[in-house]
Amino acid sequence: MEVLKIATAGSVDDGKSTLIGRILYDTKSLTTDKLEAIEKTSKQRGYDYLDFSLATDGLVAEREQGITIDVAHIYFSTPKKSYIIADTPGHVEYTRNMVTGASTSQASIILIDARKGVIEQTNRHFFINNLLRIKDVVVAINKMDLVDYSEDVYNKIKADFEELMSKRDYQDQSISFIPVSALKGDNVVNASKNMPWYKGETLLDHLEKLDKADIFNVGTPRFPVQYVIRPKTEEYHDFRGYAGKVYGGNLSVGDEVVVLPSLTKSKIKEIYFYDQKYETASRRSSVTITLEDDVNVSRGDMIVKADDLPTIEKQFTANVCWMDSKQLTPGAKYIVQHGINKVLAKVDNIHHKIHPDYSGIEEEVSGLGMNDIAQVSFKLNKPIYYDKFKNHRTNGSFIIIDTQSNNTVGAGFIQ
Amino acid sequence: MKKDTSYINALENEAIYIIREVAAQFEKPVLLFSGGKDSITLVRLAQKAFYPAKIPFPLMHIDTGHNFPETIEFRDRLVEELGLELIVRNVQDSIDQGKVKEESGRYASRNMLQTTTLLDAIEEFKFDACIGGARRDEEKARAKERIFSVRDDFGQWDEKNQRPELFDMLNGEIDLGQNVRVFPISNWTELDVWSYIEKENIEIPSIYFAHKRKVFLRDGLIWSAEDGVVYRDEEEEVIEEMVRFRTVGDMSCTAAVLSEASTITKVVEEIRDSSISERGARIDDKRSEAAMEKRKQQGYF
Ligand SMILES: Nc1nc2c(ncn2[C@@H]2O[C@H](COP(=O)(O)OP(=O)(O)O)[C@@H](O)[C@H]2O)c(=O)[nH]1
Ligand SMILES: [Mg+2]
Repeated sequence: MEVLKIATAGSVDDGKSTLIGRILYDTKSLTTDKLEAIEKTSKQRGYDYLDFSLATDGLVAEREQGITIDVAHIYFSTPKKSYIIADTPGHVEYTRNMVTGASTSQASIILIDARKGVIEQTNRHFFINNLLRIKDVVVAINKMDLVDYSEDVYNKIKADFEELMSKRDYQDQSISFIPVSALKGDNVVNASKNMPWYKGETLLDHLEKLDKADIFNVGTPRFPVQYVIRPKTEEYHDFRGYAGKVYGGNLSVGDEVVVLPSLTKSKIKEIYFYDQKYETASRRSSVTITLEDDVNVSRGDMIVKADDLPTIEKQFTANVCWMDSKQLTPGAKYIVQHGINKVLAKVDNIHHKIHPDYSGIEEEVSGLGMNDIAQVSFKLNKPIYYDKFKNHRTNGSFIIIDTQSNNTVGAGFIQ
Repeated sequence: MKKDTSYINALENEAIYIIREVAAQFEKPVLLFSGGKDSITLVRLAQKAFYPAKIPFPLMHIDTGHNFPETIEFRDRLVEELGLELIVRNVQDSIDQGKVKEESGRYASRNMLQTTTLLDAIEEFKFDACIGGARRDEEKARAKERIFSVRDDFGQWDEKNQRPELFDMLNGEIDLGQNVRVFPISNWTELDVWSYIEKENIEIPSIYFAHKRKVFLRDGLIWSAEDGVVYRDEEEEVIEEMVRFRTVGDMSCTAAVLSEASTITKVVEEIRDSSISERGARIDDKRSEAAMEKRKQQGYF
């Protein structure tokens, strides 16, 4: 099994940090020293329960203000799986952080406060999860203890959320509803005695049962060349290996391939992983490939199967999430990093802004501010070799880098 | 129960990818090598990343002068066997040059002084990327550290203003004078590192395994009484115990744990048990509680 990366989403105080702390506590993942620290601080603050959010809120400012500012990664494992949970903050830079957290996750948990039900923020959380095509989403209806563990409340929220689902773009997303109390521990790791009407899985059970097929989309193999390996030793005098990570599907020895952008044809001769040779390189493995022919390949080139080429273009249109306080404006120039490949890009047109709460689009846009999501087209100084995001999560995404500050200022999903 | 370790492959693939990005995106990378298990793991990952070519960047050890002799011997042998380039810069030199002041007293340590020596060395060699073995599970604030973490001229980390890291795309664009700290094993836990060392059969310094050592007890922790690096009061009595070290940093702030684990498999078992035992108590906490108990029995107070 691979490591399962999970993103969390919820408004401030919905209980994300508490939920994660609860998972750690109930899976016995908290060390004694951490637990003691939580007990002590909870007591100092006069709480009559353990404040598990203390387990994840790491920065000093966060502990002081009792809020989560930046994405924290939390690790735990069960005998079945290793997990990484991204605790994302619910404040101003929310969209930016959520997109960041979701971009590396295979599953996600959306929290809803049972007292508040589906609110505008929930729409946003769902929108982003759907935009990023997270395959498995759990809607955790939290604080059930504060609504008398009512089945009616649960059903009402579920019905409201289902209505939201009818508007989604990406339909092939599995969604489950679990009534929980993060604070009291109902249905998080242990099944709740307070909600006999709920017959479904606990949150952890659900995650434990997720299989590769439940979280990964099968696509076509793409092999961006990261680094050319030329040992120049006696033994490996003529060795030219192409190091990279395989995305989307497997590659095998003997496969007919094409090197982009030169469109040179060849065949895969050998696949190395360290000092061993293999017949097949599976998805997401970091291998080194040699080719039958002496072709010219350098970093940023891409090796693909001959019968399955991506789009090779000097322009594209994408949904962009803007992450910088300095606006994105038409005509502005940036570096687009598509995988490992960097090209210069010019904003050709901002078509429209998309309201991430499903309330429609806004045309006539002059620029994008922090957290805006919009459809934007770019012109590039060199072609890139891309797939649409909906067909290939890795080869259809990119980041935008500011040429002056060098900061990562946006992310995009090619349409 | 023996856990399925195939998930480590995923972590390994990710780390190799990151290390290759460093070699490709930077002009002068360096691997910060402490002689500890995390940096030894990094060396193996770097070997894997570039095989059959050699690792295309040097290792650098910031030597506090307070290392376990076993670590230094191990370091020199590793470098020799793999044909790597090793740079050593000494905290002692920074002290002699008056750049930093040696701490004194019972808790004197050179751990903090290392930073100055490191920053000077980065400047001396104009390194633009330093690969390190820090892990996000080590500490809560670390949990927010990026994989490519930009440092300014003063080596400062602006934790509130970090670049977002999306997908597995690593943005290594920096200005002159800046450098990037790179953490390829960010997503590994301590147990992952140990399991990997076992799985890969990687050699590590002997002090990681249980051995007889002259030690003394203080604050419920076990300190090495050999080599005279750790300050010891006269009334702190030296005893001999079976111990191992969980980290091999600066001797002056590295405590030992009581252990019978003399092989890697046993060490992994010990750590695995400790991380999932009742309420997650760590074995060394328990061991040191036991040690404390013993200390009382022997009439220290
Ligand atoms: N009664 C009750 N309170 C909860 C529950 N989950 C969280 N809380 C409380 O809600 C507040 C906010 O929780 P926190 O985890 O910090 O929310 P975050 O902002 O989403 O991380 C805290 O006071 C928690 O104790 C729950 O299931 N029941
Ligand atoms: Mg929080």
